[in-house]
Order: sequence, then structure tokens, then C-alpha cells
Amino acid sequence: MRAELFLQYLVSGLIYGSIYAAVAIGFNIIYNATGIINFAQGEFAMLGGMIASSLASRLPLALAMAAAVAATTLVGIGMERAFLRRIARGGVLKMIIATIGLSIAIREIALLIWGESVRTLPFFSGTEVSSVGIAGAHFSPQVFWVLGVTALVVAALTAFFKLTLIGKAMRGCSANREGASLCGIDPDLMVTLAFGLSAAIGAIAGCAVAPLTQTHYAIGTGLGIKGFTVAAFGGLGNSLAAVGAGLILGMLESFSIIVVPEAYKDVVSIVVLLAVLFAKPSGIFGSRAAGALKDY
Amino acid sequence: MRRFATVLLIAVCAFALPPLLTALKAAFLLTQLTMAAYYALASLGLCALMGYAGQISMGQAGFFAIGGYASAYLSTRNLAAASGDPLVGGLDALGLLSRGADAYGNPSLSLSPWIAALCAILLAILVAVLIGIPVLKLKGHYLAMATLGFGIVIEKIARGTPALGGADGLSCVPAFALLPGLEVTGGRAARAVNFTISWVVLAIGLLALVNLVNSRPGRALRALHDGEEAAGAMGVDTARYKLNVFVLGAAYAAVAGVLLTHYNGSIGPGEANAMKSVRYVAIVAVGGMANLSGTLAAGLLLNFLSLRGVFGSLDDLVFGVMLVAVMLLSPGVRSRR
Repeated sequence: MRAELFLQYLVSGLIYGSIYAAVAIGFNIIYNATGIINFAQGEFAMLGGMIASSLASRLPLALAMAAAVAATTLVGIGMERAFLRRIARGGVLKMIIATIGLSIAIREIALLIWGESVRTLPFFSGTEVSSVGIAGAHFSPQVFWVLGVTALVVAALTAFFKLTLIGKAMRGCSANREGASLCGIDPDLMVTLAFGLSAAIGAIAGCAVAPLTQTHYAIGTGLGIKGFTVAAFGGLGNSLAAVGAGLILGMLESFSIIVVPEAYKDVVSIVVLLAVLFAKPSGIFGSRAAGALKDY
Repeated sequence: MRRFATVLLIAVCAFALPPLLTALKAAFLLTQLTMAAYYALASLGLCALMGYAGQISMGQAGFFAIGGYASAYLSTRNLAAASGDPLVGGLDALGLLSRGADAYGNPSLSLSPWIAALCAILLAILVAVLIGIPVLKLKGHYLAMATLGFGIVIEKIARGTPALGGADGLSCVPAFALLPGLEVTGGRAARAVNFTISWVVLAIGLLALVNLVNSRPGRALRALHDGEEAAGAMGVDTARYKLNVFVLGAAYAAVAGVLLTHYNGSIGPGEANAMKSVRYVAIVAVGGMANLSGTLAAGLLLNFLSLRGVFGSLDDLVFGVMLVAVMLLSPGVRSRR
């Protein structure tokens, strides 16, 4: 393979990988707070991109994206407050079905609002034709925006959970709900915060990638399952591992084109998912000891 | 006797509805009622798995599509060019091939639908066993994601494989003669007969499941739902029961897929779509989970309304909202955290 082509595949893998990682981090935040998997996770990224693309014609790009992230955060919070909180005590099966129902409802409402057309966002800097050359390969400057935004999100989240009082309270809550509530932490509030945070991260990822990949009312399902693949691959609940796993999956998908026909590209990641779930459900970075405590 | 009331009602409807609807000049409804019956059959299979054994499957549409596609592929593949082949010659000598003409009037030779259908159902069962053994070790979210992933793989394969017609799917699927003169096929002339066939199949499928859930294996499945460790401690071979009911559910979906494909004369990759699987889950949830009659009623009604286009462009939204509403409103609150 030529070096430029190799680089081209590599960067494309990095891009998709970092988006999957961002969605996976969203899964992890909610999983850590509640022990459930939110099947509507991919819809947050869809909403972020779609709302920003609608507002971008009237507002400056940065403002449109901020508004989109805020609106998606409200959707996440509303979802938890209005529906999931009331269902939470009904058991895992009910929560799964409810979040699946919510994801379909969000997707179909998006279809009613925006129709079936494919939308896009303006590039953060430059235009669709501007490119940055590295070692003979050419990339859109947006590539660096996506990578930068993902890195920033991961760094900010790590700082939030390690350094701030609210972040520590959320971690305390996921470690021991009763214990945290005895320390004066309101566990319900922490769960609501987790949904808001998770929705915001999904929306940021959706905005960052929209100029490159375009967006559409139905992209949430695919992003959701790949985000989950990455979350499970890295070890559910571990956000730093999700980044590593995301990059690995992105590469696998991007380089799979050499051996697998394009039409089967999505099958690659699902086969990875099934292999991980069958062989090591605690994830490649997860320890067996911690895995033994969880219920797969 | 009460537990067989629904079976009896469906069987009576199978014969009573065609003349009744014809008298009311509404015989055109029979087409959608026939299709709704096959979708309801696939939902019944999921009801045994999800409602009674408590194991969610987001891949029911995958098994439906495996049945439909395999039967369509085998019964439309023209073997005329390979008629010199000893295998084809042998099948022909056994009377397992059927002769016809293709769209251009050239003679064609293909597997008879009976053989195609049996192969299709066996294939679905085989896939269910191979997938079920590893998948059913998982619980809850992991099980849901893994089965969802399986369904998506089936859809991508159907959509991406030229031999399966890609996005167009397979068409010109021949009529399936269950008995001489009793054909599963579309068309106005066969409408009433096909309605009766589908509802009789549905009644038989329901009867088998009613017997199952009210027997020792049925009680074992419910015990498994309530607590897997406890059921295991009482001597229930939980892994085997879960696999058996998973395979049974897949077989129901495959039978439904085979019959609907021969009825429609075609199948497309949309049948394997994840949204279709969600619909089956929604129907079981609306039907009351561990409730065969409820699932049957919900399956017939919702599919009928959907096929009639009552929901219009809100079709998928209706199913999504129903899922959330049923989960919000249903009783049986029990903490498992």
C-alpha cells in the first residue's frame, strides 16, 4: 500500500474512532450513574448535528452549536425526568424497552421536523475544498477539529470527575448510592446530571463530525450501536479505555475496506461487538476481577 | 377449556371471516389480515422467549428474513443450466424439483417450494442454535445489544449481497402448494383461501404455545424469568431451556417469513430491519408480555392498522411511543437493582 493511502485510511479511522469514543463515553456516564444502557444514546449525536444545522443559517456557527448542545442537553434531562425515572424500579428489561422506545420516538420526531434530507454544517475553519497536506496526503482542516474536540472533551471530563465537587459526588453515587446519599448527595439529581452531561457530549460529537460526514435523521442507530461496541470493547464504564477502544475500532473499520467489500463495512464492527461480548464481556481493558462483580 | 378460547376463536374466524367480509363488500381487507396473521405468528414466537422466559431478543426480524430469503432464493434459483449435474438429476428423479418458465418464457427448473421452505426453516434453526449458545450466556443490556447486532448483520448481508437482490430483494417467488390445490400465493382468486390458511396456521401456532406454557417446560421458563439462579437451584437446566425457547421463537419467525414471502411473491431487506424487530418487541409488550392471547391480539390489530396505512407517516413513531407508554403505565413494579 502506498504511504499516502495508508495515512488517508489511518486518519479516517481516527476520525470515526474518536466519534465512536465520544458516543461510548456518553454510554459510560449514564451506565456509571444508573447501571443501565441508554439505547437512545446515538440520537443525541443526531440531534446535536441536526439542530445546529438548522440554526447555522440564522446564527453564527459557534452560537448555533452552543444552542444545539444546550437543547440536546435539555432533551437528555427531560427524557430522564419525564420517563426513565418512573420506570427505573421496574427492572432492567423495562428500562431497555423504554429507552429503545424513546430512541425511536426521538428519531421519528426528527423525521417529522427535518424530513429525509441529508444536512450538513459549515466547516469550522476553511471550506470543503481547503486541505492541509501532511507527507503527501491531504486532509480537511475539520479532521483536526474533530480530533481536538474529542481530546478536549476527554480531558475536561477527566478533570470534572477528578477535581470538581459535583464530579466527585457523581462518582460517589455510582460507587455506592446509599453511602453517597448518607453524605448529603442527592442521587436522583446526580442521575439527571449524568443524562444531561451524556446528551451534551453526544451533541458535541454530532456537531464536530457533521461537516465531514453530513447528518441525517437516521444516523443515531448506527452511531449508537458502534458507540456501544466501543464502550463494551473498552470495558463498560471506563471512559479512558473507551478512547483506546474507539480508535482501534475506527482503524479496523477503515482498514477493513482492503479485504471486505464496502457494503459489509458495518458488519465488521458488529462482528467485533459479538466477539467481545462472547469472549470477554468485561472488555479488553477491563480487569477480570472487576468484571466478576458485574452482571452481564 | 378457557385457555383454548383464543385458539378456538381464531380457528372460527379463519373460516367465518371470508364469507362475512365478502357479504359486507370488504373482502379487500382479507389481504392485510393475512399478512397481519403471519407477523402475529412471528410475535408469538418472541412472546414465548421474552414474555415467559424473560430473555429479550432484538433480532426476531433477522430470523423472519432468514426464513423468507432462504425459501425465496432456493425456490427461484434456476437449475436448468445445471440439469446435467448428478445432484440436480437426482433431485429431479425424486420429484423434488418443479418446472416452470422464467420471465422470458424459457424453461426453468427450481427446487420445489416444500423443499425450499423446509431448508429455510432448518437454516433458521441452525443459525438460532449457533447464535443462541453464546448469546444466551449474556443478560439484560448485553443480550439486547448482541441480538440487535445479529439482526443488523442479517440486514446488511441481505442488502449487500448481489445474489440476494441487494436493496431490491428477491421477487417472482413461486406459489407454495401446501397440498394439491391449496396454494400460498397472492392474487384475488386465492385471497379467501390464503386468509384461511394463514389464520389456521396462526391457530395451530398458538395452540402449541398455549400447551407449552401450561406444561412443565412452561413453568420452568417462568421460573427462569423470575430468578435464574433460583430456577437452576430447583433443577431447571437454565441454559438448555433458554436455548430451546430461543430456537423455538426463531422457528416461528422463520415459518412466518417463509409463508409471507410466498404469499407476497417477494421479500426485501426491509424485513430484516432493526425497526421490524422493535415492532415485534412492541407487540409483545403491548400484549402484556407473558400473555399469548394479548400478543396475538396486539399483533393482529397493530399490524393490520399499520398495513392499512392508518398511522401514515407516523407509523414507526406509534410503535416507539407505545413502547414508552406501556413501560410507564404497566404495573408489576419490582426492584431488581
